[in-house]
Amino acid sequence: MTEKNKIMLEVKNLSISFGGLRAVDEFSISIRKGQLYGLIGPNGAGKTTVFNLLTGVYKPNEGSVVLDGTEVTGKKTIEINHAGIARTFQNIRLFKELTVLDNVKAGLHNQFHYSTIEGILRLPRYFKVERAMDEKAMELLKVFDLDREAEYQAQNLPYGKQRKLEIARALATNPKLLLLDEPAAGMNPNETQELMDTIRFVRDNFDMTILLIEHDMKLVSGICEELTVLNFGRILAQGNTSDVLNNPQVITAYLGE
Amino acid sequence: MVDVMSFVSYLLNGISLGSVYAIIALGYTMVYGIAKMLNFAHGDVIMVGGYIVFVFVSTLGLPPLLGIFVAMILCTVLGVTIERVAYRPLRMASSPLAVLITAIGVSYLLQNLALLIFGANTKSFTSVVAIPPLKLADGQLTISGETMVTILVGIIVMVCLTLFVNKTKAGQAMLAVSEDKGAAQLMGINVNGTIALTFAIGSALAAVAGVLLCSAYPSLTPYTGAMPGIKAFVAAVFGGIGSIPGAMIGGILLGVIEIFGKAYISSQMADAIVFGVLIVVLLVKPTGILGRNIQEKV
Amino acid sequence: MVIKMKKSMNKNTKNNFITYGMVIIVFAIVQLLLATGHVSSLMGGLLVPLCTYVILAVSLNLTVGILGELSLGHAGFMCVGAFSSAFFSMVTKNTLPGGLRFFLALLIGAAAAGLFGILIGIPVLRLNGDYLAIVTLAFGEIIKNLVNVFFIGKDENGYHFSMKDAISLDMTVDGETIINGPQGITGTPNDSTFLIGVVLILITLVVVLNLIHSRDGRAIMAIRDNRIAAESIGINITKYKMMAFAISASLAGVAGVLYAHNLSTLTALPKNFGYNMSIMILVFVVLGGIGNIRGSIISAVVLTLLPELLRGLSDYRMLIYAVVLITMMLFNWSPKAIEWRERVLPKNLFGGKTKEV
Repeated sequence: MTEKNKIMLEVKNLSISFGGLRAVDEFSISIRKGQLYGLIGPNGAGKTTVFNLLTGVYKPNEGSVVLDGTEVTGKKTIEINHAGIARTFQNIRLFKELTVLDNVKAGLHNQFHYSTIEGILRLPRYFKVERAMDEKAMELLKVFDLDREAEYQAQNLPYGKQRKLEIARALATNPKLLLLDEPAAGMNPNETQELMDTIRFVRDNFDMTILLIEHDMKLVSGICEELTVLNFGRILAQGNTSDVLNNPQVITAYLGE
Repeated sequence: MVDVMSFVSYLLNGISLGSVYAIIALGYTMVYGIAKMLNFAHGDVIMVGGYIVFVFVSTLGLPPLLGIFVAMILCTVLGVTIERVAYRPLRMASSPLAVLITAIGVSYLLQNLALLIFGANTKSFTSVVAIPPLKLADGQLTISGETMVTILVGIIVMVCLTLFVNKTKAGQAMLAVSEDKGAAQLMGINVNGTIALTFAIGSALAAVAGVLLCSAYPSLTPYTGAMPGIKAFVAAVFGGIGSIPGAMIGGILLGVIEIFGKAYISSQMADAIVFGVLIVVLLVKPTGILGRNIQEKV
Repeated sequence: MVIKMKKSMNKNTKNNFITYGMVIIVFAIVQLLLATGHVSSLMGGLLVPLCTYVILAVSLNLTVGILGELSLGHAGFMCVGAFSSAFFSMVTKNTLPGGLRFFLALLIGAAAAGLFGILIGIPVLRLNGDYLAIVTLAFGEIIKNLVNVFFIGKDENGYHFSMKDAISLDMTVDGETIINGPQGITGTPNDSTFLIGVVLILITLVVVLNLIHSRDGRAIMAIRDNRIAAESIGINITKYKMMAFAISASLAGVAGVLYAHNLSTLTALPKNFGYNMSIMILVFVVLGGIGNIRGSIISAVVLTLLPELLRGLSDYRMLIYAVVLITMMLFNWSPKAIEWRERVLPKNLFGGKTKEV
C-alpha cells in the first residue's frame, strides 16, 4: 500500500444504544490519510454521537475503531487523544478564562515537558520550554489569523474566532486525525469561505486527515472529497461527494417526505 | 434475651432517627434534583423551625399542634425568601461554585442571627409528644412516645410526598423540571414557580423534622441543625441524590448505622462512622443506591 | 512576535514581584512600628496568626479559584499539620537544635496534610459537583473529633497509644503524656516568629504563583474552565486535580505548623480547627476575589484586623462575615449584577471577574 492510500481511520459496525434506542447503528467508515471527509445528516441523526464514540466520550456496545493500525475501541478520551484523535465541539468548549495563547499552550501540553518542581522553582528548563511553547503556539495562531488576539481572554473573542481557536487548540495536540463538529455553525458566508480555505490549508500543510460534521452544503460540497450520510443512526449513503449529494434518498431525507 | 431486647430497642431508635434524616434528606434531594444545587442552609431551617416551636409552645404556651403549624408556615416563607433573594439571581451564574458559596453564607447568616437573638446557651426543648412510652415484654423493651410518633410521621410524609409527586399536576411539573429545565419551560411549565414550590415543601418538611429532632433530643442551640443537615445530605447521597425513595431508604439506613455505631462501636466515633459511610459510598457506587447515572451532554 | 511573547511572560513575573514586594514592604513597616513601640501587645500577638490566615487564604484560593472546587475542610488540613508537627517537636525537643527541628516540623506538617489531601482526593476528585464540599467538611469534623480522643504518651518502654483516656496509656511513673485527648499538646516549643511567618507567606506565594503560570497550572485551569475539553486534548484530569488539591492541603498544613508553634497549648476546638474556621478562610477568598491571589492576602489582613480595631463590633463579626459572603457572591457572580456593573461602573473597578493573579 502506498503512503497516499494508507487507511488512517477504519471504523466497523460501530453501535450504541441509549435506553433501547439505537442512536448509532452499524456505523462503518474508512478514511484515507490526507482525506477531507464529511459526515452529514439531518438533526438528531447521530452525527455528534459518532464523534463521541470515536473520542471515547461514550463506549460503543459493538464495533471497532482502528486509527492508523492501532485499535482504540473503548479506550478513554485522553488515551484516544494520545493515540492521535483531536476534536472540536458543536457547542464551543474553550478554556474561557485563559488567554487565547494559553488555550493553545494547553493543547501543547503533551508535546512539551518539564517537571512540577522545575516550574515552581523556575529553573532554566522552565524558561526554555515555555519559550519554545510560546513560539509553537504563535505559529499555530498565525495560521488561524489569531496572533494579534493572543493576550485576549478566550471568552472575549468574537464567535467565529472562537471556533477557529478551538481548531488551533485541537491541532496543537499534534493529531493524526482531526474531527470538526460543525466548524461553520453561526458564521456568515464570508467567514465560511475563509474557514474553508483554512481547513484546506491545515490539511495540506499539516498533512492532516480531517473528518467534519457540517450542515452548510456549500462548505461540504466545496471541500469534502467523500461523504457519509447518516439518518436515524444508520448510514443512508456513502461515497463520492457529488454522487452522494445527487442520491435521491439523500435528497428526500434532507427535504423531508 | 436482654441482648435481643436492646438490639430491638437500638433498631427502633435508629429507625426513628433515620426517619428524621429521611424527612430532611427529602428536602435536599428534591432541591438538588430540581435546582441542581446543594442547599447548605437547609439544615439551619430545621434549627429555625425548632426555635419557632420553642418560642410559641415552650414560652408562649400555644398548643403544640398549632405551634408546629406556625413553624411550618414561617419556615416555608423563609425557604422561599432565601431562594428568591439569594439563589435565583445566581441560577445562570457562570460558575457552579457561586450558588454553593452563597448557600453557605445563608447557612452562616441564619446561625449567627439565631446566636444574636437567642444566645449561645442551650435551650431545653419541651417535647411536643404527649404519648406515654410503650412497655413491652415485661418492661424489658421500652419504646418512647417520640420514637413512635417520629416513625409514624416519617411514614405519613413519605406516602403523602410520593402521592403528591406522582398524582398531582404540580408534582408532575416538578419531575419535568428536574428532567430538563429547558424542555419543561417550552411545555409551558412555570420553572421559577416550580422551583419555589420545591423550596416551600422542603422547608415545611424541615420545620417538621426540627420539631421531631428537638423532641427526641431536647436541646436547642443555633448549631442544632447543622450536623443533622449534613448527615441528611449524606443520607441523600447514600440513597441516590435526586431520588425521593432513595432519600427515605438512605435516611433510615444512616440513622440505624449511627445508632448501632454509637451502641456497639464507640459513641465518640459515631459521626466519623457516618461520614465514613459517605466515603465508602462515593468509592463504590457514587450514584447511590437508587441513583441514576447522569452523563453530561457533549 | 517573539518579542511580544517575552513581554507577556515578563508581565506575569512583574505582577508576581509586585505581590512579593507588597508583603515585604508591609513586613518592613510593621518591623519599624514594632521597633518604635507603636504596636500594642494585643496587635503584636496577632502578627503570627495573621500570617497563618494569609497562608490559609492563599492556599484555599488555589483549590477554589484555580482548581474550581470547593473545599470546606481547610481547617482540617491545618489541624493535621499542626498536630503532626507539634508531636514531632515535642518528641525531638531535647535532641534536635531549634532551627533544624522547626524546619523538619514544617516538612512533616506539610507532608502529613498533603497525604491527607491525597487520601480525601482519591474518592472524591473523580466525581463532579458538590461532593468535594461535603466530604471535605466531613473530613474536617472527623479530624477534629479524632484528635480529641487521641492519647499518646512516652516512657522508658517506648510509646503508648490509647483512644480512651490518659490512664489507659498504662505508663510508668515518669512517663510523659504528649497528646492528651481534649487537652491537646502542651509545651510545644515557641518557634514561630513574625519573620518566619512572613518568610512562609513568601514561600507559599512563590509556590502558588509559579504553579499557576506553569504547564501544570495551565492544565489545572483548563480543567476548571472545561473538563470535557481538557480531557479531549489529552490532559489527565485526576492527576492535575489531585496535584492542586494536595499542594493546597500541604500549604494549609504549613499554616498549621506556624499556628501550633505559636501556642503553649494546642487543642482542637471548633473555634480554631472547626467548620467556622474553614468558612472564615473561604470568606477571605471570596472577598479578595476568587482566583485573585493578591486579593486573598489583602482581605485576610483587613478582615482579621478590622474587628480587632473596631472592638464594639466583635459580637457581630460572624454575622458581618455572612453578609459579606452573600453580598459579594451576588454582586460578583449574578448575571444581572454583572450586566448592571458593566453598564454603570468603569471597567475593572472591582476584581471579581477579572483573573489577574
